[in-house]
Amino acid sequence: MPFEPAYLYTILPELVVLITACCVLVLDLFLREDQKSVNHGLTVIGLLIALGCVGLIGDGHVSLAFSDSFIRDPMSDLLKGAVLLVTLLCFLYSTNYLRDRAMWVGEYHVLMLLALLGIMIMISANDFLTMYLGLETLALCLYALVAFNRDSKMGSEAAMKYFVLGALGSGMLLYGISMLYGATGGLGFAAIADVVSAEGIENKVLVFGLVFVIIGIAFKFGAVPFHMWLPDVYQGAPTPVVLFLSSAPKVAAFAMAVRILIDGLAGLHADWGDILLILSVLSMGIGNLVAIAQSNIKRMLAYSTISHVGFIFLGLLAGTQQGYAAAMFYAVVYALMAAGAFGVLVMISHKGFEAEDLDDLKGLGDRDPWLAAMMALVMFSMAGVPPMVGFMAKLLVLQAVIDIGLVWLAVVAVAFSIIGAFYYLRVVKMIYFDRSEIAVAVVVTGSARFAVTLNGLAVLFLGMFPAALLSLCEAAFA
Amino acid sequence: MLADFPWLTLVIWLPIVGGIAVIASGDKSSELSKWIALAVSVLAFVVSLPLWFDFDPVSAGMQFVERVQWVPSLKIEYYLGVDGISMPLILLTTFITIFVVIAGWEVISYRPSYYMGAFLIMEGIMVGVFSALDAILFYFFWEAMLIPMFIIIGVWGGPNRVYATIKFFLYTFFGSVFMLVALIYLYFQAHSFSILDFHEVPLALHAQILIFLAFLIAFAVKVPMFPVHTWLPDAHVEAPTGGSVILAAIMLKIGGYGFLRFSLPITPDASAQLDGLIIALSLIAVIYIGFVALVQQDMKKLIAYSSIAHMGFVTLGFFIVFSIVRHTGVSTGAAMGIQGGMVQMISHGFISGALFLCVGVLYDRMHSRQISDYGGVVNTMPWFGGFAVFFAMANAGLPGTSGFVGEFMVILASFRADFWYAFLAATTLVLAAAFTLWMVKRVIFGPVGNDKVAKLQDLNGREVLNLGALAAVVLALGIWPKPLVDVMAPTVERLVAQVQVSKLPEAPAPLASLQP
Repeated sequence: MPFEPAYLYTILPELVVLITACCVLVLDLFLREDQKSVNHGLTVIGLLIALGCVGLIGDGHVSLAFSDSFIRDPMSDLLKGAVLLVTLLCFLYSTNYLRDRAMWVGEYHVLMLLALLGIMIMISANDFLTMYLGLETLALCLYALVAFNRDSKMGSEAAMKYFVLGALGSGMLLYGISMLYGATGGLGFAAIADVVSAEGIENKVLVFGLVFVIIGIAFKFGAVPFHMWLPDVYQGAPTPVVLFLSSAPKVAAFAMAVRILIDGLAGLHADWGDILLILSVLSMGIGNLVAIAQSNIKRMLAYSTISHVGFIFLGLLAGTQQGYAAAMFYAVVYALMAAGAFGVLVMISHKGFEAEDLDDLKGLGDRDPWLAAMMALVMFSMAGVPPMVGFMAKLLVLQAVIDIGLVWLAVVAVAFSIIGAFYYLRVVKMIYFDRSEIAVAVVVTGSARFAVTLNGLAVLFLGMFPAALLSLCEAAFA
Repeated sequence: MLADFPWLTLVIWLPIVGGIAVIASGDKSSELSKWIALAVSVLAFVVSLPLWFDFDPVSAGMQFVERVQWVPSLKIEYYLGVDGISMPLILLTTFITIFVVIAGWEVISYRPSYYMGAFLIMEGIMVGVFSALDAILFYFFWEAMLIPMFIIIGVWGGPNRVYATIKFFLYTFFGSVFMLVALIYLYFQAHSFSILDFHEVPLALHAQILIFLAFLIAFAVKVPMFPVHTWLPDAHVEAPTGGSVILAAIMLKIGGYGFLRFSLPITPDASAQLDGLIIALSLIAVIYIGFVALVQQDMKKLIAYSSIAHMGFVTLGFFIVFSIVRHTGVSTGAAMGIQGGMVQMISHGFISGALFLCVGVLYDRMHSRQISDYGGVVNTMPWFGGFAVFFAMANAGLPGTSGFVGEFMVILASFRADFWYAFLAATTLVLAAAFTLWMVKRVIFGPVGNDKVAKLQDLNGREVLNLGALAAVVLALGIWPKPLVDVMAPTVERLVAQVQVSKLPEAPAPLASLQP
């Protein structure tokens, strides 16, 4: 199929991100040390334009490009909007942090933008090759970002672990893809779906390949038992990178799961539903239980991520449209919550001091009441307490699993969420009930304060008025 | 015309918005924020009055109904309404909150605006719980209530406040999440989240029993019933005075309200099967907890245990109906049990609130809650002594106070069911008198205990106003409870009729014939 100019319209947001990355890359060469803020400004403008483009081209219809290897549909529009917003928040949160630590350089911005590009490609991938391309773009940028602080031993170790395990995960995925290709003779998700619905699970190779593909997905999500990299990476990487890592790539992993499992292999739901069920219960259990034992808040939030992944899987495994919409809702709001939590951590770190331990949050309610309130909102939201959006997300996935008759699974899920409530409450306790041992005031830029306000109030607002976002999620699977 | 105005929305959101305004104003002047808080709480009470005066006392249906879509795709609605059960509880909430604000006036020195604001937000949320007719909306308010209370106990509480508040939160959270699963299950049976639709939907017995147990965990923790009561003494002891008042006066009532709104009408067959369990737990609460209260050294703990014992009466009154039907074959007198439980809830709201305010008065002066630190307080604080003795008598169920009415009705209803139920329940008249009056004797009467007591100042105008208003209500309800009983009568009659109709899908038989 020949190239058509209309394709450029379909990939407009990706183009904007790519052009921004290239501009920053080139411009950075000509900037003096004291002019590096131009990179930041350019990046923020680029992201805003890309966000505008997503809104502009989102018309509720599906359009395909590049021999059907690229798809733009309501789901991709919403997810791209979410990752662009979250990435924007990441940049706004971390200006002071980066300035204080010699990370205020062009490369950081370029790597972040390229990682974002990878995420957007994954979201819109319509065949396995495009998916893999996006995945590797994302992963390579993340490996470099995790090790961005070159003087940090922890950072290098984390990057090495991430790289080795990430390569293993990608290898598993590729192995699975090759089997699926062998069994179906196609790489496009639509083509695979046709073959699967015709042949069903009779084909052993197909199911065998499916298992490896799911391992790849579970690795990217960080679901138990493929979660080992996650706490180490979260702990070792610079906090702004973790801020990004914990939010946007989870949305990408969700898109990957939807494209592969639902668009491509929906006919094998009977097989992958059970696999996801096991992954889900293990993730909720291990994630919540181990998080209690953590004293490092980044590690704690890593295990909390793992438990939330379990909840996202609950929606996916239901195999109903309502379940998929619930999982999508959960993934998007989780990205928002994670951005808020790590954003606050980034902001209360200052020159020569990393907010890493739970104790570092002590007395935040006195040091900066507004930041403290936003952090508390996010923590209650993660615990699933109304009126925060975390409750709505949990309600939706629980409803999905009860709908298919798995009441016991819903009971297991809520039981683990009680355990989870404990360590989120502990953070609130540190913020409000304990007195600070550090007297340093928190210095926050105006834009970061604006961003965290937006983020925190969004968590509250979406919880009270979830209908709009929910209907967008439902439209994606209608 | 008056009934069309969205009063309930106003009563819910006025305090919440007002509370946020109070918090926001606190940075400039804490004096200003206190006055705003008082104004908001009084205004909230005033706008809740139409609920009483415009209430149609002969109707058993929902009144002041507001119904709009909230999350259309899930059929979740913003659905509010009150009946004879919930309306008095809403008035109790708005009334008590005024005194909580006044009680914290001079005592709270650390960020008073946050303190007042948290209580106002809490007030709105609690009114929301009582008026929600959509299950998810109910759960929304029910859980949201935990956040301000968690902060109130944790920030303004006593030395062991962190332990107490986390225990409080986790206990109640533990209780309620299973209710959430039950509510979602019911949604798929009724295809709606409306609580009134839940009342109609037929359910098989095993499903009913599981749902009943899920509700039981949620409400039993909140009430609290034996054996999940242990969070309450801790929370009470550590909470600031206002927190204790709200906990005892209103939050405990939410558990009792849940039994009436959910357990009885949604799972009548399971309730009939398992009523023995509830009655047993209630009687244990009345007797065993009564003895536990007797040996307490800490005044707040003593009142906390007394609350548990009194709430045992409430649950006994609610679940005695099945036993009456089984025993006599007719439901005559069953309504009296439920009404008695309701009256007991309202009256206990006033009495326990007043008792905690009394302890607060002493604590503000002496910074001790230990009974042994006091003695002969009446010599230096005659006015206080008078009020304290009055509320203690009311707590012991002295005729002429509101404490007597509810207990008497429940005991009468129990007599219709089984003599031994009534006999055991009636021991509370002895036990409650024993633990309250013994405390009064040790704290109020006798010779002046020590120098600190000798220097005590009597009540100031603010405290007299607080205790005086509550005393007037306790007395009024004790002498003339008829308006309160009348306003809930049609609703309770309907509820009694409702629980006797089996909801089993196959054989719609009257409950009495189901029993062996």
